[in-house]
Amino acid sequence: MLHFNFNSTEPIYLQVANQLEEAIFTKAFLDGTQVPSTTEISKEFHINPATVLKGMNILVNDGLLEKRRGLGMFVTEGAYMKLLERRKESFYQDYIVKMIQEAKKLGMNEDDLIELVKRGVD
Amino acid sequence: MTGIKIDGLSKKFRKKNVLDNISVEFKPNKIYGLLGRNGAGKSTLLNIIANRLYADQGTLTLDDENLVENDSTLGKLYLMNDVDMYNKSMRLDKIFEYTEQFYGSFDYEYAEKLAERFKIDTHQKFGKFSTGYHTIAKLIIALCVPADYIFLDEPVLGLDANHRTIFYEELMTTYSERPRTFVVATHLIGEITNILEHVMIVSESKITLDEDVEDILAKSHLIVGPQAETKDYVEGLNIVGKESLGNLQGYYVYGDLNDDKILPDTVQIERVDLQKMFIYLTNQGGENGVNK
Repeated sequence: MLHFNFNSTEPIYLQVANQLEEAIFTKAFLDGTQVPSTTEISKEFHINPATVLKGMNILVNDGLLEKRRGLGMFVTEGAYMKLLERRKESFYQDYIVKMIQEAKKLGMNEDDLIELVKRGVD
Repeated sequence: MTGIKIDGLSKKFRKKNVLDNISVEFKPNKIYGLLGRNGAGKSTLLNIIANRLYADQGTLTLDDENLVENDSTLGKLYLMNDVDMYNKSMRLDKIFEYTEQFYGSFDYEYAEKLAERFKIDTHQKFGKFSTGYHTIAKLIIALCVPADYIFLDEPVLGLDANHRTIFYEELMTTYSERPRTFVVATHLIGEITNILEHVMIVSESKITLDEDVEDILAKSHLIVGPQAETKDYVEGLNIVGKESLGNLQGYYVYGDLNDDKILPDTVQIERVDLQKMFIYLTNQGGENGVNK
């Protein structure tokens, strides 16, 4: 379910954070359910527990995960909706702006783009 | 708890400096990698810490207590290396008991579990094990000893891929359950990079790098692109190695990049793994080598 790219330029702790976020977003981890422990992830992927914890804490600070004393780490209620809203907001920056930049390099105009979007949606 | 502190350590064999004025610290509950090429002095350093060799100069302390010829501090550390301190005709389960006598306790339950995972017969005589199982036998002892500082010199020597995986998993498990310091000296860096928190490189009798793995990786870059543009971009950066393939030129840079310079579209910055960086950082005199 989680997978790490050890050749990526992204530090491992950020990958831990991103992978867990992605798992919440794809509903692999539902709101209110427990996520794998630091030890489990550490053991499975041979990653130092301190690194795993650093990644998890990013999501804790983000309000997506919460620590329940003596029980472990859980997905916060409402985490999915929160992610959904956030991703909608960044959709324009992350995808549309980049798409237009690339289209300009390829010499495509607005009509060409709209045509392609329509083709994709159909 | 302040950990192990080594200050101004020197050791000569005949007239050759093996360790030259080395100062390092091993803090509690961290996993360290001790890297260095063959003959760099790693094993000598570990042997001195474990009191199997004595330094010519320098001080060694554990939690501010002298570490040399001191039974109370010596009982807090364990060194596993290629030297066998056990009688070859002794059975492995007897060695567990023997270890318990010295260290005051031994985790038999965990030893049993490990023996099962590795499929090793603990009734076997120590001298009868094959190379791989010899290493496994010593690893089991190292993971079950109650010491707070465990030094593993080439812990995966002779282990096949499956056994190495079991070892890395168990190392993470036991470390999570009972945090303690592990210092791992190995050549198989790639497999263990993400397990390590901090790395020290021993090169030419000195410690040439002493940093957190995350910081080392953040400072390691490979700049690749057409010769002229790439050369221009890396000017003034700390180049530790280079590679070329036709007109493509790659520079290994250790340290910060120049944010003021604009990166040409044709030039790319890639990440370098620890193994590769280690090769360049310990490759004295090889700076001009155009390899690959």
